[in-house]
Amino acid sequence: MTEQPIIEIRNAAKSYGALEVLKDISLTVNRGEIVAIIGPSGSGKSTFLRAINELDPLSGGEIFLEGEQVNKRLPPREYERHINRIRQEIGMVFQHFNLFPHLTVRGNVTLGPRLLKGLSQADVDKLAEEQLDHVGMLERIDYFPSQLSGGQKQRVAIARALAMKPKVMLFDEATSALDPELVEEVNAVMKRLAQEHMTMLIVTHEMGFAQDVCDRVLFMDQGVVVEEGPPDVIFRNPTNERTRNFLRKHLEGRS
Amino acid sequence: MDFELIRTVFPFFLKAAWVTVLLSVLTAILGLICGSLGAAARLSRSRVLRFLGAAYVSVFRGTPALIQLFLLYFGGPQIGIQLDAFQAGVIGLGVNAGAYMTETIRGAIIAVDRGQTEAARTIGMSRWQAMRHVILPQAMRLMIRPLGVNINALIKATALVAPISVVELTYTAQRYIGSTYRPFEMFLLAGILYLIIILSVGRVVGWLDRKARIA
Ligand SMILES: Nc1ncnc2c1ncn2[C@@H]1O[C@H](COP(=O)(O)OP(=O)(O)O)[C@@H](O)[C@H]1O
Ligand SMILES: [Mg+2]
Repeated sequence: MTEQPIIEIRNAAKSYGALEVLKDISLTVNRGEIVAIIGPSGSGKSTFLRAINELDPLSGGEIFLEGEQVNKRLPPREYERHINRIRQEIGMVFQHFNLFPHLTVRGNVTLGPRLLKGLSQADVDKLAEEQLDHVGMLERIDYFPSQLSGGQKQRVAIARALAMKPKVMLFDEATSALDPELVEEVNAVMKRLAQEHMTMLIVTHEMGFAQDVCDRVLFMDQGVVVEEGPPDVIFRNPTNERTRNFLRKHLEGRS
Repeated sequence: MDFELIRTVFPFFLKAAWVTVLLSVLTAILGLICGSLGAAARLSRSRVLRFLGAAYVSVFRGTPALIQLFLLYFGGPQIGIQLDAFQAGVIGLGVNAGAYMTETIRGAIIAVDRGQTEAARTIGMSRWQAMRHVILPQAMRLMIRPLGVNINALIKATALVAPISVVELTYTAQRYIGSTYRPFEMFLLAGILYLIIILSVGRVVGWLDRKARIA
């Protein structure tokens, strides 16, 4: 008996006019798996991630969340209901945090559960406290986003996503906008999620992090998955020329 | 300058100023209603509503408010719209102001970072929930000052109802000029009262803006 994959993507394709951004990408992510997506800027990583919850719908192909098709063709009203329900199951963390600046940290974390899960104020408060404690931000629960550092903002954004109890978390360069000294605190939170077997898709340019944390690495270039495998193979013995070039450039500057 | 004359007519000007204030308040309320509906239409997913919203804005901003007012007040009865001068003033000026406010409100809404909508929708909020709980609270802060500019313009535009005999400031000034032949004093007095109204509104807008910033 095999378990239903959390995410299954078949033949994903996406074009902006004549520009083919994604070309026939397929990917299966099982429960608890952590997949890194690496590749040069403009290769389609964000587009791919954002297709999974239909922020940027695909032009072709299918996406399934635990066997249910995400990108179903439905009449507008039904589609709205369908996608809003699906999105609750898919947490997403953005490069620029996108915290709600008019709400406190507590407000940011409770808004979704309060509106969508029909929980009482006491329940959402408890939920927020748990999630914020988890990312080490409980003491800042009554702060506004503008009073936080980038690393703290991103940890709150992660708590906000987790408060919806998603089945999978998508990270789109969660640490790229951070000052170098703030990267580690966010990475630590993500590592902790990994230990708790959260299913994650992580777009990152941090090769070290991908190597440490992920079960599988996808190297994307020009809208295709050029190479895919366990981190040891991808980082130590990549077979593809393009992967090797990319890694050489990326691993040099840091050594 | 005839101060004695000014003192004599002053109570009548004050009463007229009150009419101007009332006219401004009602016009602003109607303008905000029309502006909100207009902005909703312009941002709607429905092509028809978007077209209607755009048509509303271009027609009412593209023709003189005075013509709109005359059309309503003098032309209205011909097609069965019977309004007194004050009603015609409020409706004519309010619908006109709404066209400008439509653009102000829409501008503030689209000025909110796209990432905000994305974050809200990603959590699973509907379009309306995202608008109501995430976008509008931020857009409100952005629209206070530009709406203040619209309201400033609308207060000055209330002078346009003088020709249809609403007894507001400009009409009152003109009437007393007819009987006193002292245009300098009369227009100066009217001007000062307009200035006081507009400066007061400016203070309120500034206060609201500061309050919104702190909150
Ligand atoms: N809304 C859009 N309209 C047109 N082209 C886009 C749009 N979004 C992304 N692209 C293009 O798609 C390609 C892939 O972009 P993206 O997925 O952001 O890459 P990555 O995240 O790997 O840097 C780029 O060439 C980018 O210019
Ligand atoms: Mg990207």
